Amino acid sequence: MAHHHHDEGSALEENPLRVKALESLLVEKGYVDPAALDQLIDIYENKVGPRNGAAVVARAWVDPQFKAKLLSDATNAIKEFGFEGRQGEHMEVKENTPGIHNMVVCTLCSCYPWPVLGLPPVWYKAAPYRSRAVSEPRAVLAEFGVTLSDDTEVRVWDSTAELRYLILPMRPENTDHLSEEELALLVTRDSMIGTGIALEEEPK
Amino acid sequence: MNTPELLPNQPHDHEGPVFREPWEAQAFAMAVSLHAKGVFTWTEWTETIGALIAADNEPDETGERYYGYWLAALEQLVAANTPISRELLSDRKNAWDKAARATPHGEAIILGRNKV
Repeated sequence: MAHHHHDEGSALEENPLRVKALESLLVEKGYVDPAALDQLIDIYENKVGPRNGAAVVARAWVDPQFKAKLLSDATNAIKEFGFEGRQGEHMEVKENTPGIHNMVVCTLCSCYPWPVLGLPPVWYKAAPYRSRAVSEPRAVLAEFGVTLSDDTEVRVWDSTAELRYLILPMRPENTDHLSEEELALLVTRDSMIGTGIALEEEPK
Repeated sequence: MNTPELLPNQPHDHEGPVFREPWEAQAFAMAVSLHAKGVFTWTEWTETIGALIAADNEPDETGERYYGYWLAALEQLVAANTPISRELLSDRKNAWDKAARATPHGEAIILGRNKV
């Protein structure tokens, strides 16, 4: 633990200083508006998250027509919910079935479907996931608690700036009595990245 | 690879975002804002941050340094695509550093503040 001499006042660390330098110059030159930055942070911290994607998945589970559209034109199907990417990226949805398990990675950096999942979890951005999801996906899945039968094919999709993937997990069995809203509660973030499966019952 | 639960300092919110410190959120928002202004394309963005990540000799084992790359990419694209040069950024950073050190705890840091 570093001991700060009282002369240090409110000394800031390196990265916060670099951010303050950037922000103050960008504001002065008219490139960014501080209120707009606050609003963006609020949106991504509080309003956009995996619940968006869960609503899309639950709709696809109960509405075959919507599901067909989602699988053929995900960008527009998702737009019906008002979820739209700011980077002009296209969305593709990959359906998990008993024979095929899909999962998503971004080997280059951390491209991720923000409008439907919010911002990525820290492990998604880490070097081990970015490389091992491709080289040994079954081992990675096992570490996430997902064990697949040997005859299930694993497909790994590498996101890019232009193309983001969302996984449509399998609907759990014995959920015919549940409403769309109740079904959405079974859809976890990881099940939509493909590193998990949907829950069998509501989280307590 | 560690299982996600074992990663130190992983944010503990149920399954949401993921800024560990305020500067990460600010750097995030600046990049999104500058892209919306047309300062760079998102493809330029991912290529820039991807190159920085790939060039690091010590891979980021936990993902905790991600916004460090993010900040470096932001500085690089701002210096390349706006009149805000590296030199200007560095001078301004030093000015903030000086102001912060001259500010008593609990008071707002104001640029230009010097020790009295």
